[in-house]
Amino acid sequence: MASQDITPVGKDSAKVSLLNDPKVRGYIFQAVAVLAIAGLGYWIVDNTIANLQRARLATGFGFLDGRSGFDISSSPFLAYSSDSTYLKALMVGFLNTLTVAFAGIITATILGFVIGIGRLSHNWLIRKLCTVYVEVFRNIPPLLVIFFWYLGVLSVLPQARQSITLPFNMYLNNRGFFFPAPVFGDGAWLAGVGLIAGIVGALLVRRWAHKRQMATGQQFPVGLTALALIVGFPLLALVIKGFPLSFDYPVLGAFNLRGGSQIGPEFMSLFLALSFYTAAFIAEIVRAGIRGVGKGQSEASHALGLRAGPTTRLVVVPQAMRIIIPPLTSQYLNLTKNSSLAVAIGYPDLVAVGGTILNQTGRSIEVVAIFMIVYLSLSVLTSLFMNWFNAKMALVER
Amino acid sequence: MVDSNLSFVRTEMLQGQTPPLAERGIVRWMRINLFATPIDAALTIFALLLIAWYLPPVINWMFVQAAWVGPDRSVCATVAQGGIQPEGWSGACWAYVNANFKQFMYGPYPQDQIWRVNLVGIMFVLLLIPLLIPKAPYKVANAITFFFIFPIVGFFLLVGGWFGLTYVETPLWGGLLVTLVISFVGICVSLPLGIILALGRRSQLPVIKMFCVIFIETIRGIPLITVLFMASYMLPLFLPPGVTFDKLLRALIGVALFASAYMAEVVRGGLQAIPKGQYEGADSLGLGYWQKTRLIILPQALKLVIPSIVNTFIGLFKDTSLVSVISMFDLLGTVKQHFSDANWASPQTPISGLIFAGFVFWIFCFGMSRYSIFMENRLDTGHKR
Repeated sequence: MASQDITPVGKDSAKVSLLNDPKVRGYIFQAVAVLAIAGLGYWIVDNTIANLQRARLATGFGFLDGRSGFDISSSPFLAYSSDSTYLKALMVGFLNTLTVAFAGIITATILGFVIGIGRLSHNWLIRKLCTVYVEVFRNIPPLLVIFFWYLGVLSVLPQARQSITLPFNMYLNNRGFFFPAPVFGDGAWLAGVGLIAGIVGALLVRRWAHKRQMATGQQFPVGLTALALIVGFPLLALVIKGFPLSFDYPVLGAFNLRGGSQIGPEFMSLFLALSFYTAAFIAEIVRAGIRGVGKGQSEASHALGLRAGPTTRLVVVPQAMRIIIPPLTSQYLNLTKNSSLAVAIGYPDLVAVGGTILNQTGRSIEVVAIFMIVYLSLSVLTSLFMNWFNAKMALVER
Repeated sequence: MVDSNLSFVRTEMLQGQTPPLAERGIVRWMRINLFATPIDAALTIFALLLIAWYLPPVINWMFVQAAWVGPDRSVCATVAQGGIQPEGWSGACWAYVNANFKQFMYGPYPQDQIWRVNLVGIMFVLLLIPLLIPKAPYKVANAITFFFIFPIVGFFLLVGGWFGLTYVETPLWGGLLVTLVISFVGICVSLPLGIILALGRRSQLPVIKMFCVIFIETIRGIPLITVLFMASYMLPLFLPPGVTFDKLLRALIGVALFASAYMAEVVRGGLQAIPKGQYEGADSLGLGYWQKTRLIILPQALKLVIPSIVNTFIGLFKDTSLVSVISMFDLLGTVKQHFSDANWASPQTPISGLIFAGFVFWIFCFGMSRYSIFMENRLDTGHKR
């Protein structure tokens, strides 16, 4: 009876106004959005062209071939002088960005893991010390940390004549850190070949040991063997060639240290500040990751008879890494982006060099476009690598 | 059956004995927390040595040897450096902070107009405190006053030019005032804008989604300095000829857009954590998109991500220090600017000034993070797994 009262809902029974149809409304909204953004874009481009014409500014990337005319204080990888082109100056800046980011990432990771694990220590004192570190560095701006190292610590170091002497002929003064530079003589290439051979050998040994353990259950001291191979082969190569390796020691002169290699205070303060600052965030990520592994996992591992060391190494850490890697990636990206703070202390990174070029040529649009392209590609590359790494570490489920 | 030949029956209970010395009080605590294993003991001793080595010199430098008051650099320099302190002296130069304190707070804001800044500051605190106390009444009215009326009143008070107040142009602003203005505006703009961007990114409409994704990912991929460069060099190019923007406003736009992109990702995380059933439940009740979002989804999603939102606020607050790169003087910029003051230049000045600035930043950020932990515990209604 009741079922006959219900009129079947057909196409003609429910006449909805077109405006109330979600699909049509969606199209209308999108059309409005496209129009609005296109209009805004047109307005901006129009204004920009008008402004550029009024100021008689040329556009285009042709200026990159021009002579830069300024010096760059630190160019370890490329030969650069003020006669080089703007493009080369940008390349130098880019390489400097990569250098400081790479060095910072390595140190920050090590420091962050140590402190993050320290925050979970059973030792009250260690736990508190690590907490203090994290709470201090998480809550102050990175720029301030950079200034702290640059203005507060490194620039009040003694003059070159009163350099602080460190072991192995290393010196520290307000012009930076000086250390012996290795000088490779004839035949040193064999050591390089030896190093590669050592690494390849270590990888092969690891593969063989894994296979053997899978088959027989017997373990093989892979770590020690790999170390012996990687250190031994280059040493052997050097012995064969009669040690074609010498060091150029920095020598204390009248006013400055001569010889050796130098790391400038700008690089040092940026590197130290980025490492210390990011380490606090990495420590929190590591702590959260390890805490995120269920207690049952380590209890089960203990029940299987594994001791504390193997439990951490084989059960907890591999699972914690899955939680750690995604936020760790974004910290690495943050560190790379924060390296642009170099401009505040005059370390010639990409942004500092680009800023100088911007002031010289007035090509703000082109320079900012280069910044965006470079940093976006760096972000994408890092994300791709970390995603690959993440996929490798991810839980293999049935 | 009762055995009446027992020679001894204890009638009263024995008093519990105190545990052995190694199992109670401070000794037990130390055994568990400091010397549980040999490695632990070694770590403890190492840490104690580290503290003993570094802490006394630091305390000595910061408090005992420090120069607290003084007219100029002479109190912070040794005789050889042209001061009055004995040779080999090393201590914090708090006299520098003391003498420039007003500059650090207000920048070059006209001396006789500083009451306006103070008034805005007092209003800010008076409105903020009841907003932060969960039990305080009139939350809605309070929030409306704080987020809508207060900024307008504050703007007119700080800028002036109306109601008989002298006009104070923004290049005269500086110090903590600029830091707080930029972060307050950044917070007020980035949260709503971030929510809109996050909703756009989760939208069914492909065009809107695309625009939001492009905006968010571009901004998140580049450093804030680049955004600030854009805001300060390119924004004037984008506007019709003749229209100029205030420098502070440019920095504000840059910071707010930057923070919005990060906020959008945080809010998106919250939106994704809401089970599908909530959306479907709202649909089945006949709620429209905006009703559903406003009444069902956002309250739950925002609650889930309060810690991350506050973290973004803290990041924003710290990032305001970067405006000194485009030659604006926030707290850090002002402190640094005064290092080159010939009246106060001494080897101890920079580090003392930086420690002071760091301390101010730290108090604000640490306060925010503690408050977020408090709110998180309060709002935890057991949804978390």
